[in-house]
Amino acid sequence: MDIEALTAWIRAFAGLVAENKDLLTHLDAAIGDADHGINMDRGMSAVVAALDDEQPETVAALFKLTGMKLVSTVGGASGPLYGTLFLRMGAATDDAATLDADTFAKALRAGMGGVVARGKAEAGDKTMYDALAPAVDTLEQELAGGAGLGPALRAALRAAEGGRDATVGMLARKGRASYLGERSVGHQDPGATSVTLLVAAAASALPDGN
Amino acid sequence: MKKLINDPSTVVQEALRGIAAAHPELRVDQQHKVIYRGDAPVRGKVGLISGGGSGHEPLHGGFVGLGMLDAACAGEIFTSPVPDQMLEATKGVDGGAGVLHIVKNYTGDVMNFEMAAEMAAADGIEVSSVVTDDDVAVQDSLYTAGRRGVGVTVLVEKIAGAAAEQGRSLAEVAGVARKVNEQGRSMGIALTSCTVPAAGKPTFDLAENEMEIGIGIHGEPGRRRAELGTAREIAEVLIEPILGDLDFTGGDGVIAFVNGMGGTPLIELYVMYAEVAAALDKAGVGIARSLVGPYITSLEMAGCSVTLVKADEDLLRLWDAPVRTPALRWGI
Repeated sequence: MDIEALTAWIRAFAGLVAENKDLLTHLDAAIGDADHGINMDRGMSAVVAALDDEQPETVAALFKLTGMKLVSTVGGASGPLYGTLFLRMGAATDDAATLDADTFAKALRAGMGGVVARGKAEAGDKTMYDALAPAVDTLEQELAGGAGLGPALRAALRAAEGGRDATVGMLARKGRASYLGERSVGHQDPGATSVTLLVAAAASALPDGN
Repeated sequence: MKKLINDPSTVVQEALRGIAAAHPELRVDQQHKVIYRGDAPVRGKVGLISGGGSGHEPLHGGFVGLGMLDAACAGEIFTSPVPDQMLEATKGVDGGAGVLHIVKNYTGDVMNFEMAAEMAAADGIEVSSVVTDDDVAVQDSLYTAGRRGVGVTVLVEKIAGAAAEQGRSLAEVAGVARKVNEQGRSMGIALTSCTVPAAGKPTFDLAENEMEIGIGIHGEPGRRRAELGTAREIAEVLIEPILGDLDFTGGDGVIAFVNGMGGTPLIELYVMYAEVAAALDKAGVGIARSLVGPYITSLEMAGCSVTLVKADEDLLRLWDAPVRTPALRWGI
Protein backbone atom coordinates (compact mmCIF):
# COMPACT_ATOMS: atom_id res chain seq x y z
CA MET A 1 0.00 0.00 0.00
CA ASP A 2 1.29 3.47 -0.79
CA ILE A 3 1.32 6.65 1.22
CA GLU A 4 -2.06 7.78 -0.18
CA ALA A 5 -3.69 4.62 1.11
CA LEU A 6 -2.12 5.03 4.55
CA THR A 7 -3.14 8.69 4.63
CA ALA A 8 -6.68 7.60 3.76
CA TRP A 9 -6.55 5.21 6.74
CA ILE A 10 -5.62 8.02 9.13
CA ARG A 11 -8.29 10.31 7.67
CA ALA A 12 -10.87 7.52 7.93
CA PHE A 13 -9.92 7.09 11.61
CA ALA A 14 -10.41 10.84 12.14
CA GLY A 15 -13.84 10.53 10.52
CA LEU A 16 -14.88 7.62 12.73
CA VAL A 17 -13.63 9.42 15.86
CA ALA A 18 -15.69 12.50 14.93
CA GLU A 19 -18.78 10.35 14.30
CA ASN A 20 -18.35 8.52 17.60
CA LYS A 21 -17.20 11.48 19.67
CA ASP A 22 -20.27 11.55 21.89
CA LEU A 23 -20.24 7.77 22.37
CA LEU A 24 -16.58 7.82 23.47
CA THR A 25 -17.19 10.70 25.87
CA HIS A 26 -20.30 8.99 27.22
CA LEU A 27 -18.41 5.74 27.88
CA ASP A 28 -15.65 7.75 29.57
CA ALA A 29 -18.17 9.57 31.79
CA ALA A 30 -19.14 6.25 33.38
CA ILE A 31 -15.66 5.19 34.50
CA GLY A 32 -13.27 8.05 33.70
CA ASP A 33 -13.42 11.80 33.35
CA ALA A 34 -15.81 12.25 30.44
CA ASP A 35 -13.42 13.67 27.87
CA HIS A 36 -12.13 10.81 25.68
CA GLY A 37 -14.25 11.67 22.65
CA ILE A 38 -13.59 15.40 22.96
CA ASN A 39 -9.83 14.87 23.33
CA MET A 40 -9.48 12.31 20.52
CA ASP A 41 -11.56 14.42 18.17
CA ARG A 42 -9.46 17.50 18.92
CA GLY A 43 -6.30 15.48 18.24
CA MET A 44 -7.44 13.79 15.03
CA SER A 45 -8.83 17.09 13.70
CA ALA A 46 -5.36 18.58 14.25
CA VAL A 47 -3.80 15.63 12.40
CA VAL A 48 -6.17 16.10 9.44
CA ALA A 49 -5.44 19.84 9.36
CA ALA A 50 -1.70 19.10 9.30
CA LEU A 51 -2.18 16.57 6.46
CA ASP A 52 -4.17 19.18 4.52
CA ASP A 53 -1.14 21.49 4.83
CA GLU A 54 1.53 19.03 3.82
CA GLN A 55 1.56 15.51 2.40
CA PRO A 56 4.50 13.63 3.96
CA GLU A 57 6.76 11.87 1.46
CA THR A 58 7.61 8.76 3.44
CA VAL A 59 5.51 6.40 5.52
CA ALA A 60 7.73 7.12 8.51
CA ALA A 61 7.14 10.87 8.13
CA LEU A 62 3.38 10.31 7.90
CA PHE A 63 3.28 8.26 11.10
CA LYS A 64 5.66 10.61 12.89
CA LEU A 65 3.57 13.67 12.00
CA THR A 66 0.43 11.88 13.20
CA GLY A 67 2.09 10.77 16.44
CA MET A 68 3.60 14.16 17.26
CA LYS A 69 0.31 15.97 16.58
CA LEU A 70 -1.57 13.58 18.86
CA VAL A 71 1.01 13.93 21.64
CA SER A 72 0.81 17.71 21.53
CA THR A 73 -2.96 18.11 21.22
CA VAL A 74 -4.79 15.24 22.94
CA GLY A 75 -3.52 15.46 26.54
CA GLY A 76 -4.55 13.05 29.29
CA ALA A 77 -3.33 9.48 28.92
CA SER A 78 -4.66 8.99 25.37
CA GLY A 79 -2.27 11.58 23.90
CA PRO A 80 0.92 9.78 24.93
CA LEU A 81 -0.59 6.34 24.19
CA TYR A 82 -1.89 7.03 20.67
CA GLY A 83 1.10 9.31 20.00
CA THR A 84 3.54 6.57 20.97
CA LEU A 85 1.61 4.03 18.86
CA PHE A 86 2.15 6.11 15.71
CA LEU A 87 5.69 7.24 16.59
CA ARG A 88 6.79 3.61 17.04
CA MET A 89 5.05 2.65 13.78
CA GLY A 90 7.05 5.40 12.11
CA ALA A 91 10.30 4.16 13.63
CA ALA A 92 9.52 0.67 12.31
CA THR A 93 9.04 1.71 8.68
CA ASP A 94 12.31 3.55 7.89
CA ASP A 95 12.09 5.72 4.78
CA ALA A 96 9.84 3.47 2.72
CA ALA A 97 7.36 5.08 0.33
CA THR A 98 5.16 1.98 0.27
CA LEU A 99 4.45 -0.87 2.70
CA ASP A 100 3.56 -4.46 2.02
CA ALA A 101 1.02 -6.16 4.26
CA ASP A 102 3.63 -7.93 6.38
CA THR A 103 5.56 -4.71 7.04
CA PHE A 104 2.31 -2.98 7.97
CA ALA A 105 1.53 -5.74 10.46
CA LYS A 106 5.07 -5.52 11.83
CA ALA A 107 4.76 -1.75 12.23
CA LEU A 108 1.45 -2.18 14.04
CA ARG A 109 3.08 -4.75 16.35
CA ALA A 110 5.90 -2.25 17.06
CA GLY A 111 3.33 0.47 17.73
CA MET A 112 1.53 -1.78 20.18
CA GLY A 113 4.88 -2.47 21.87
CA GLY A 114 5.13 1.29 22.43
CA VAL A 115 1.65 1.40 23.96
CA VAL A 116 2.59 -1.39 26.36
CA ALA A 117 5.90 0.26 27.28
CA ARG A 118 4.16 3.59 27.92
CA GLY A 119 1.03 2.35 29.66
CA LYS A 120 2.34 -0.85 31.25
CA ALA A 121 -1.01 -2.48 30.60
CA GLU A 122 -1.46 -6.23 30.56
CA ALA A 123 -4.22 -8.31 29.02
CA GLY A 124 -7.39 -8.04 31.10
CA ASP A 125 -6.61 -4.64 32.65
CA LYS A 126 -9.60 -3.11 30.78
CA THR A 127 -7.63 -0.84 28.44
CA MET A 128 -7.13 -0.22 24.71
CA TYR A 129 -4.66 -3.12 24.78
CA ASP A 130 -7.52 -5.58 25.25
CA ALA A 131 -8.88 -4.71 21.79
CA LEU A 132 -5.58 -3.92 20.06
CA ALA A 133 -3.74 -7.13 21.01
CA PRO A 134 -6.29 -9.59 19.55
CA ALA A 135 -6.46 -7.44 16.38
CA VAL A 136 -2.68 -7.49 15.87
CA ASP A 137 -2.46 -11.21 16.68
CA THR A 138 -5.25 -12.01 14.22
CA LEU A 139 -3.80 -9.82 11.47
CA GLU A 140 -0.46 -11.62 11.72
CA GLN A 141 -2.05 -15.08 11.79
CA GLU A 142 -4.28 -14.37 8.80
CA LEU A 143 -1.42 -12.96 6.74
CA ALA A 144 0.82 -15.88 7.70
CA GLY A 145 -1.98 -18.24 6.60
CA GLY A 146 -1.98 -16.65 3.15
CA ALA A 147 -4.96 -14.29 3.47
CA GLY A 148 -4.94 -11.04 1.53
CA LEU A 149 -4.73 -7.76 3.41
CA GLY A 150 -8.45 -7.01 3.11
CA PRO A 151 -9.74 -10.30 4.56
CA ALA A 152 -6.98 -10.25 7.19
CA LEU A 153 -7.98 -6.74 8.32
CA ARG A 154 -11.65 -7.71 8.44
CA ALA A 155 -10.76 -10.66 10.66
CA ALA A 156 -8.62 -8.33 12.79
CA LEU A 157 -11.60 -6.00 13.15
CA ARG A 158 -13.81 -8.85 14.38
CA ALA A 159 -11.09 -9.72 16.91
CA ALA A 160 -10.86 -6.09 18.05
CA GLU A 161 -14.63 -5.92 18.47
CA GLY A 162 -14.58 -9.12 20.50
CA GLY A 163 -11.81 -7.72 22.71
CA ARG A 164 -13.65 -4.43 23.09
CA ASP A 165 -16.88 -6.16 24.11
CA ALA A 166 -14.99 -8.32 26.60
CA THR A 167 -13.83 -5.19 28.48
CA VAL A 168 -17.40 -4.78 29.76
CA GLY A 169 -16.92 -7.61 32.24
CA MET A 170 -13.41 -6.61 33.29
CA LEU A 171 -12.30 -4.86 36.47
CA ALA A 172 -10.20 -1.80 35.60
CA ARG A 173 -6.61 -1.92 36.79
CA LYS A 174 -5.19 1.08 34.99
CA GLY A 175 -6.00 4.77 34.80
CA ARG A 176 -8.69 6.72 36.57
CA ALA A 177 -11.20 3.86 36.15
CA SER A 178 -9.09 1.72 38.50
CA TYR A 179 -10.08 3.91 41.47
CA LEU A 180 -13.62 2.59 41.03
CA GLY A 181 -12.59 -1.02 41.70
CA GLU A 182 -15.63 -3.33 41.42
CA ARG A 183 -17.76 -0.40 40.28
CA SER A 184 -15.84 -0.38 36.95
CA VAL A 185 -17.34 -3.77 36.00
CA GLY A 186 -20.27 -3.57 33.56
CA HIS A 187 -18.89 -0.65 31.54
CA GLN A 188 -17.20 -0.82 28.13
CA ASP A 189 -13.71 0.68 28.08
CA PRO A 190 -13.53 3.91 26.03
CA GLY A 191 -9.90 3.29 24.94
CA ALA A 192 -10.72 -0.21 23.68
CA THR A 193 -13.63 1.38 21.81
CA SER A 194 -11.54 4.07 20.09
CA VAL A 195 -8.77 1.65 19.11
CA THR A 196 -11.40 -0.60 17.51
CA LEU A 197 -12.28 2.42 15.34
CA LEU A 198 -8.61 2.55 14.29
CA VAL A 199 -8.83 -1.07 13.12
CA ALA A 200 -12.21 -0.44 11.48
CA ALA A 201 -10.69 2.48 9.57
CA ALA A 202 -7.91 0.19 8.34
CA ALA A 203 -10.40 -2.45 7.21
CA SER A 204 -12.38 0.14 5.26
CA ALA A 205 -9.63 2.39 3.87
CA LEU A 206 -6.68 0.11 3.13
CA PRO A 207 -6.55 -1.82 -0.14
CA ASP A 208 -7.90 -5.34 -0.35
CA GLY A 209 -4.81 -6.92 -1.94
CA ASN A 210 -1.23 -6.82 -0.75
CA MET B 1 -23.55 26.80 36.99
CA LYS B 2 -22.72 30.13 38.63
CA LYS B 3 -19.12 31.21 38.04
CA LEU B 4 -17.10 34.39 37.58
CA ILE B 5 -16.07 33.62 34.02
CA ASN B 6 -16.45 35.06 30.53
CA ASP B 7 -16.47 31.82 28.56
CA PRO B 8 -16.10 28.24 29.83
CA SER B 9 -13.62 27.40 27.08
CA THR B 10 -11.13 30.21 27.84
CA VAL B 11 -10.95 30.06 31.64
CA VAL B 12 -7.34 28.80 31.79
CA GLN B 13 -5.99 31.36 29.30
CA GLU B 14 -7.82 34.22 30.98
CA ALA B 15 -6.66 33.19 34.46
CA LEU B 16 -3.07 33.12 33.14
CA ARG B 17 -3.56 36.67 31.88
CA GLY B 18 -4.70 37.62 35.37
CA ILE B 19 -1.66 35.99 36.97
CA ALA B 20 0.63 37.86 34.57
CA ALA B 21 -1.09 41.15 35.40
CA ALA B 22 -1.10 40.58 39.17
CA HIS B 23 2.45 39.26 39.41
CA PRO B 24 4.85 41.24 37.25
CA GLU B 25 7.70 39.44 39.02
CA LEU B 26 6.68 36.28 37.11
CA ARG B 27 6.88 35.67 33.37
CA VAL B 28 3.90 34.01 31.71
CA ASP B 29 4.23 32.29 28.33
CA GLN B 30 0.63 32.44 27.14
CA GLN B 31 1.25 30.29 24.08
CA HIS B 32 2.66 27.32 26.01
CA LYS B 33 0.71 28.08 29.19
CA VAL B 34 3.83 28.10 31.35
CA ILE B 35 4.45 30.39 34.36
CA TYR B 36 8.14 31.15 35.00
CA ARG B 37 10.12 32.81 37.74
CA GLY B 38 11.07 36.21 36.35
CA ASP B 39 14.79 35.41 36.66
CA ALA B 40 14.67 31.87 35.16
CA PRO B 41 16.91 30.15 34.31
CA VAL B 42 18.98 30.64 37.46
CA ARG B 43 22.60 29.83 36.56
CA GLY B 44 24.00 26.82 38.41
CA LYS B 45 20.76 26.05 40.28
CA VAL B 46 18.72 22.90 39.77
CA GLY B 47 15.51 23.93 37.99
CA LEU B 48 12.21 22.71 39.43
CA ILE B 49 9.13 22.37 37.30
CA SER B 50 5.73 20.96 38.00
CA GLY B 51 2.36 21.15 36.40
CA GLY B 52 -0.90 19.39 35.93
CA GLY B 53 -4.50 20.03 35.15
CA SER B 54 -5.79 23.47 36.17
CA GLY B 55 -8.46 23.89 38.84
CA HIS B 56 -6.20 23.20 41.85
CA GLU B 57 -5.00 26.78 42.34
CA PRO B 58 -2.82 28.03 43.86
CA LEU B 59 -1.08 24.72 42.92
CA HIS B 60 1.11 24.89 40.79
CA GLY B 61 1.44 28.39 39.32
CA GLY B 62 1.01 30.07 42.71
CA PHE B 63 4.13 28.29 43.91
CA VAL B 64 6.48 29.70 41.29
CA GLY B 65 9.16 31.95 42.70
CA LEU B 66 12.24 32.10 44.89
CA GLY B 67 12.62 29.01 47.07
CA MET B 68 9.99 26.93 45.29
CA LEU B 69 9.24 26.20 41.59
CA ASP B 70 11.05 27.71 38.61
CA ALA B 71 8.12 27.02 36.30
CA ALA B 72 4.63 25.52 36.27
CA CYS B 73 2.75 24.13 33.25
CA ALA B 74 -1.00 24.66 33.20
CA GLY B 75 -3.19 22.04 31.53
CA GLU B 76 -6.86 22.43 30.78
CA ILE B 77 -9.07 22.05 33.85
CA PHE B 78 -8.40 18.61 35.38
CA THR B 79 -6.50 17.56 32.23
CA SER B 80 -2.75 16.97 32.13
CA PRO B 81 -0.62 19.44 30.19
CA VAL B 82 1.09 18.02 27.07
CA PRO B 83 4.82 17.20 26.65
CA ASP B 84 5.47 20.27 24.45
CA GLN B 85 4.64 22.52 27.40
CA MET B 86 6.81 20.56 29.80
CA LEU B 87 9.70 20.45 27.33
CA GLU B 88 9.47 24.20 26.83
CA ALA B 89 9.44 24.76 30.60
CA THR B 90 12.34 22.34 31.11
CA LYS B 91 14.46 24.23 28.56
CA GLY B 92 13.42 27.55 30.08
CA VAL B 93 14.56 26.70 33.62
CA ASP B 94 17.71 24.72 32.83
CA GLY B 95 20.54 26.68 34.46
CA GLY B 96 23.07 23.97 33.73
CA ALA B 97 22.53 21.92 36.90
CA GLY B 98 19.68 19.77 35.59
CA VAL B 99 15.92 19.92 36.03
CA LEU B 100 13.60 18.13 38.46
CA HIS B 101 10.06 17.25 37.35
CA ILE B 102 7.56 17.03 40.22
CA VAL B 103 4.64 14.94 38.99
CA LYS B 104 1.41 13.99 40.76
CA ASN B 105 0.54 10.32 40.29
CA TYR B 106 -2.22 10.36 37.68
CA THR B 107 -1.90 8.22 34.56
CA GLY B 108 -2.04 11.15 32.13
CA ASP B 109 0.35 13.37 34.08
CA VAL B 110 2.90 10.59 34.50
CA MET B 111 2.88 9.63 30.79
CA ASN B 112 3.07 13.21 29.50
CA PHE B 113 5.92 14.11 31.86
CA GLU B 114 7.68 10.86 30.91
CA MET B 115 7.57 11.81 27.22
CA ALA B 116 8.76 15.34 28.01
CA ALA B 117 11.67 13.94 30.04
CA GLU B 118 12.66 11.70 27.11
CA MET B 119 12.53 14.65 24.71
CA ALA B 120 14.56 16.85 27.10
CA ALA B 121 17.14 14.09 27.52
CA ALA B 122 17.41 13.91 23.72
CA ASP B 123 18.18 17.66 23.83
CA GLY B 124 20.98 17.02 26.32
CA ILE B 125 19.23 18.26 29.48
CA GLU B 126 19.60 16.14 32.60
CA VAL B 127 16.13 15.47 34.01
CA SER B 128 15.09 13.64 37.14
CA SER B 129 11.46 12.95 38.08
CA VAL B 130 9.69 12.50 41.38
CA VAL B 131 6.12 11.21 41.42
CA THR B 132 4.01 12.09 44.47
CA ASP B 133 1.54 9.44 45.67
CA ASP B 134 0.37 10.20 49.19
CA ASP B 135 -3.41 9.63 49.11
CA VAL B 136 -4.17 6.79 51.54
CA ALA B 137 -7.79 6.72 50.32
CA VAL B 138 -6.63 4.47 47.48
CA GLN B 139 -6.08 1.17 49.27
CA ASP B 140 -5.64 -1.53 46.71
CA SER B 141 -2.60 0.04 45.13
CA LEU B 142 -1.21 -3.10 43.43
CA TYR B 143 -4.35 -3.36 41.32
CA THR B 144 -4.95 0.30 40.59
CA ALA B 145 -3.05 3.18 39.00
CA GLY B 146 -1.56 3.59 42.48
CA ARG B 147 -2.11 6.18 45.14
CA ARG B 148 -2.96 9.63 43.90
CA GLY B 149 -0.68 12.61 44.38
CA VAL B 150 -2.42 15.19 46.56
CA GLY B 151 -1.48 17.43 49.54
CA VAL B 152 2.11 16.28 49.92
CA THR B 153 2.86 17.84 46.52
CA VAL B 154 2.70 21.32 48.08
CA LEU B 155 5.22 20.32 50.77
CA VAL B 156 7.49 18.57 48.23
CA GLU B 157 7.57 21.72 46.09
CA LYS B 158 8.42 23.92 49.09
CA ILE B 159 11.09 21.67 50.60
CA ALA B 160 12.77 20.57 47.35
CA GLY B 161 12.64 24.19 46.17
CA ALA B 162 14.58 25.27 49.25
CA ALA B 163 17.12 22.49 48.69
CA ALA B 164 17.67 23.68 45.12
CA GLU B 165 17.97 27.28 46.27
CA GLN B 166 20.77 26.18 48.64
CA GLY B 167 22.72 24.91 45.65
CA ARG B 168 22.27 21.18 46.20
CA SER B 169 22.80 18.84 43.22
CA LEU B 170 20.00 17.35 41.11
CA ALA B 171 20.43 13.96 42.78
CA GLU B 172 20.26 15.57 46.24
CA VAL B 173 17.22 17.70 45.44
CA ALA B 174 15.44 14.67 43.95
CA GLY B 175 16.39 12.69 47.05
CA VAL B 176 14.86 15.30 49.36
CA ALA B 177 11.68 15.39 47.24
CA ARG B 178 11.37 11.59 47.36
CA LYS B 179 11.92 11.56 51.10
CA VAL B 180 9.13 14.08 51.71
CA ASN B 181 6.79 12.01 49.54
CA GLU B 182 7.75 8.73 51.21
CA GLN B 183 7.25 10.23 54.66
CA GLY B 184 3.99 11.95 53.75
CA ARG B 185 0.39 10.68 53.79
CA SER B 186 -2.92 12.42 53.06
CA MET B 187 -6.64 11.85 53.26
CA GLY B 188 -9.51 14.11 52.19
CA ILE B 189 -13.27 14.51 52.42
CA ALA B 190 -15.79 16.43 50.34
CA LEU B 191 -18.99 18.09 51.51
CA THR B 192 -20.07 19.21 48.03
CA SER B 193 -19.08 18.51 44.43
CA CYS B 194 -17.11 20.74 42.10
CA THR B 195 -18.32 21.85 38.66
CA VAL B 196 -15.92 21.79 35.71
CA PRO B 197 -16.76 24.91 33.62
CA ALA B 198 -16.79 22.99 30.31
CA ALA B 199 -19.12 20.35 31.78
CA GLY B 200 -21.45 22.95 33.32
CA LYS B 201 -22.88 20.61 35.94
CA PRO B 202 -21.62 19.10 39.22
CA THR B 203 -19.20 16.17 38.83
CA PHE B 204 -21.10 14.10 41.39
CA ASP B 205 -24.15 14.38 43.63
CA LEU B 206 -23.94 14.44 47.37
CA ALA B 207 -27.02 14.83 49.55
CA GLU B 208 -27.25 17.70 52.04
CA ASN B 209 -26.47 15.39 54.99
CA GLU B 210 -23.71 13.34 53.28
CA MET B 211 -19.94 13.50 52.90
CA GLU B 212 -17.60 11.56 50.60
CA ILE B 213 -14.68 10.15 52.58
CA GLY B 214 -11.43 9.72 50.68
CA ILE B 215 -12.34 12.09 47.84
CA GLY B 216 -9.78 12.81 45.10
CA ILE B 217 -8.92 16.34 43.99
CA HIS B 218 -10.84 15.88 40.71
CA GLY B 219 -13.98 14.61 42.38
CA GLU B 220 -12.95 10.97 41.99
CA PRO B 221 -14.82 8.66 44.32
CA GLY B 222 -13.46 8.00 47.76
CA ARG B 223 -13.61 5.00 50.05
CA ARG B 224 -17.19 5.48 51.11
CA ARG B 225 -20.06 7.85 51.60
CA ALA B 226 -21.25 8.58 55.12
CA GLU B 227 -23.57 10.81 57.06
CA LEU B 228 -21.99 14.20 57.74
CA GLY B 229 -20.26 14.25 61.13
CA THR B 230 -18.88 16.95 63.40
CA ALA B 231 -15.43 18.44 62.80
CA ARG B 232 -14.14 16.24 65.63
CA GLU B 233 -15.54 13.09 64.03
CA ILE B 234 -14.24 14.08 60.60
CA ALA B 235 -10.75 14.75 61.99
CA GLU B 236 -10.71 11.23 63.39
CA VAL B 237 -11.94 9.73 60.12
CA LEU B 238 -9.10 11.52 58.28
CA ILE B 239 -6.31 10.92 60.82
CA GLU B 240 -7.00 7.26 61.53
CA PRO B 241 -6.07 5.84 58.07
CA ILE B 242 -3.02 8.16 57.89
CA LEU B 243 -1.63 7.00 61.24
CA GLY B 244 -2.53 3.42 60.33
CA ASP B 245 -0.37 3.62 57.23
CA LEU B 246 2.86 5.02 58.67
CA ASP B 247 4.30 5.43 62.15
CA PHE B 248 4.49 9.17 62.76
CA THR B 249 5.56 9.00 66.41
CA GLY B 250 9.05 9.89 67.60
CA GLY B 251 11.66 11.74 65.56
CA ASP B 252 11.41 15.47 65.18
CA GLY B 253 7.63 15.61 64.85
CA VAL B 254 5.47 16.20 61.79
CA ILE B 255 4.54 18.99 59.45
CA ALA B 256 0.73 19.08 59.77
CA PHE B 257 -1.14 20.52 56.80
CA VAL B 258 -4.89 21.12 56.82
CA ASN B 259 -5.90 22.00 53.27
CA GLY B 260 -9.12 23.54 52.02
CA MET B 261 -10.65 22.07 48.85
CA GLY B 262 -11.68 25.49 47.54
CA GLY B 263 -15.20 26.05 48.88
CA THR B 264 -14.58 25.82 52.62
CA PRO B 265 -13.90 29.02 54.59
CA LEU B 266 -10.70 29.43 56.59
CA ILE B 267 -12.59 29.58 59.87
CA GLU B 268 -13.77 25.99 59.33
CA LEU B 269 -10.25 24.93 58.40
CA TYR B 270 -9.06 26.28 61.76
CA VAL B 271 -11.84 24.40 63.55
CA MET B 272 -10.51 21.31 61.75
CA TYR B 273 -6.90 22.13 62.60
CA ALA B 274 -7.74 22.33 66.32
CA GLU B 275 -9.33 18.87 66.12
CA VAL B 276 -6.43 17.44 64.09
CA ALA B 277 -3.92 18.83 66.60
CA ALA B 278 -5.88 17.33 69.50
CA ALA B 279 -6.16 13.95 67.74
CA LEU B 280 -2.42 13.91 67.02
CA ASP B 281 -1.63 14.83 70.61
CA LYS B 282 -3.77 11.94 71.81
CA ALA B 283 -1.92 9.60 69.40
CA GLY B 284 1.47 10.75 70.69
CA VAL B 285 2.43 12.53 67.46
CA GLY B 286 4.27 15.83 67.94
CA ILE B 287 3.64 18.74 65.58
CA ALA B 288 6.78 20.58 64.51
CA ARG B 289 5.27 22.92 61.88
CA SER B 290 1.83 23.62 60.46
CA LEU B 291 0.16 24.94 57.34
CA VAL B 292 -3.54 25.83 57.14
CA GLY B 293 -5.34 27.10 54.05
CA PRO B 294 -6.56 26.31 50.54
CA TYR B 295 -3.35 25.34 48.73
CA ILE B 296 -4.36 22.35 46.56
CA THR B 297 -7.99 22.80 45.68
CA SER B 298 -10.65 21.21 43.55
CA LEU B 299 -12.41 24.24 42.08
CA GLU B 300 -15.32 25.19 44.40
CA MET B 301 -15.56 21.85 46.18
CA ALA B 302 -16.24 22.19 49.91
CA GLY B 303 -14.20 19.94 52.14
CA CYS B 304 -10.67 19.50 53.34
CA SER B 305 -7.71 17.19 53.44
CA VAL B 306 -5.09 16.44 56.04
CA THR B 307 -1.46 15.79 55.13
CA LEU B 308 1.22 14.72 57.59
CA VAL B 309 4.92 14.57 56.77
CA LYS B 310 7.33 12.98 59.21
CA ALA B 311 10.07 15.57 59.54
CA ASP B 312 13.72 15.61 60.53
CA GLU B 313 16.12 18.45 61.22
CA ASP B 314 17.09 18.87 57.57
CA LEU B 315 13.50 18.91 56.31
CA LEU B 316 12.49 21.46 58.97
CA ARG B 317 15.40 23.75 58.08
CA LEU B 318 14.36 23.56 54.42
CA TRP B 319 10.72 24.18 55.37
CA ASP B 320 11.76 27.33 57.29
CA ALA B 321 13.96 28.64 54.47
CA PRO B 322 12.83 31.82 52.69
CA VAL B 323 10.14 31.50 50.02
CA ARG B 324 8.61 34.19 47.83
CA THR B 325 5.75 33.05 45.59
CA PRO B 326 2.21 34.35 45.04
CA ALA B 327 0.71 31.82 47.47
CA LEU B 328 3.47 31.07 50.00
CA ARG B 329 5.89 33.66 51.28
CA TRP B 330 7.92 33.88 54.45
CA GLY B 331 11.41 34.56 55.73
CA ILE B 332 11.98 37.44 53.34
